[in-house]
Amino acid sequence: MSKIHVTTTINGDTVEYLCSPTETLLDVLRDRLDLTGAKEGCSTGDCGACSVTLDGRLVSSCLVLAAEAEGHEIATIEGMAEGENLHILQTKILEHAALQCGVCTPGILVAAKALLEKNPDPSEEEVRFWLAGNLCRCTGYDKIIRAVLDAAAEMRGA
Amino acid sequence: MRFESPATVEEATHLLANADGTTRVLAGGTDVLVQLRLGLVKPDLVVDIKNIEGMRSIVAEDGGYRIGAAVSGAEMGEHEGLVALWPGVVEAMELVGSTQVQGRATLAGNLCNASPAADSVPAMIAANAIATIEGPLGLRLLPVEEVPAGPGKTTLSKGEIITSIFLPARPKRSGDAYLRFIPRTEMDIAVASAGVSLSLDADGTIETARVAIGAVAPTALLVEEAGTALIGAGLDDKAVATMVAAVRAACNPISDKRGTAEFRTKTAGVMAKRAAEIAFARAGGTK
Repeated sequence: MSKIHVTTTINGDTVEYLCSPTETLLDVLRDRLDLTGAKEGCSTGDCGACSVTLDGRLVSSCLVLAAEAEGHEIATIEGMAEGENLHILQTKILEHAALQCGVCTPGILVAAKALLEKNPDPSEEEVRFWLAGNLCRCTGYDKIIRAVLDAAAEMRGA
Repeated sequence: MRFESPATVEEATHLLANADGTTRVLAGGTDVLVQLRLGLVKPDLVVDIKNIEGMRSIVAEDGGYRIGAAVSGAEMGEHEGLVALWPGVVEAMELVGSTQVQGRATLAGNLCNASPAADSVPAMIAANAIATIEGPLGLRLLPVEEVPAGPGKTTLSKGEIITSIFLPARPKRSGDAYLRFIPRTEMDIAVASAGVSLSLDADGTIETARVAIGAVAPTALLVEEAGTALIGAGLDDKAVATMVAAVRAACNPISDKRGTAEFRTKTAGVMAKRAAEIAFARAGGTK
């Protein structure tokens, strides 16, 4: 099977890769580019563990073909902290102990960041609806919601 | 599998028309990628239509809106004019999947996936939406209710693709709404659903009405008798009862783990009644 050559931007860096036509963006991120923050949970777009943004839009990377990324901008969890400095959302997830096994956490963080960029002051209900596609089997969600609301408040300077 | 990302409709239809074996059109990919991953289909050719001009835009046209085949649900929800004109269609589309799915899923894809439970389809049918279909033999227009042929099947022929969905202009005092029943609060598949679109005259009497139902037959259905039952009144109990009876008479559902045929039939009537009440209120009607 002939490979497809793709040039794309990931976390601000130009990245080139070869992929097969059936590979997903998640496959390439994890297996070819060593960006293993996005997780494969369900691989059918139901769990949100593979969340990334594509041109600023939150998507499941398991539902994007790697070849589709040509010429687009992708942001993953690896681009969230600046060096050793965690993003406020990451700090708040830790402070609120809003994770246990951690498999859902990168997806939750990417999704929550996308929410706060669109809506800096979401209600609890808006946070819960926005994150409805990010499944967590450990926390019961409440701590995650508190962490996101707390981060939003801090980012607004409240 | 071959992956192509043509820049023109002609190229896309040519590729699809001349391909051997199984083909898939890729817009948002939220159904196609799942089918690929689960091995439900093994396409020989996938044609990504997102790089074709016009596929990703919402354009005002003749008082209505033309929605490109690759416009996502999220983009529809952010379009103020579209939300104001056809709130029922937008809210139906926004019920599809999670935020992540909304970032990619499309109206045209929801229609062509041809699930009997597709949320946007009854709303589009009620709205009198028209699909623009382009293929090797040229362009044709088809009411959306004539696109699905049964679960997973459409009436499109080889090489044809939907390039846009047109939501028409509507009179001033108009409203539409879509409701579905699901056993949870988010991210589920409709057990029964209904879309209603109606317009009122100056006295608040219903002048035109269309009612469509989903998940209660092999395809979403336009129930003409249900729409007719609402016309000439101000959503009074008698008209609503006749409408609900017409909806239930049109139901031909299966029984499965989501609901029995009897439950689906009853619920479709309830959804139609409540959707009609919302559409009526949105049109400015008072009981």
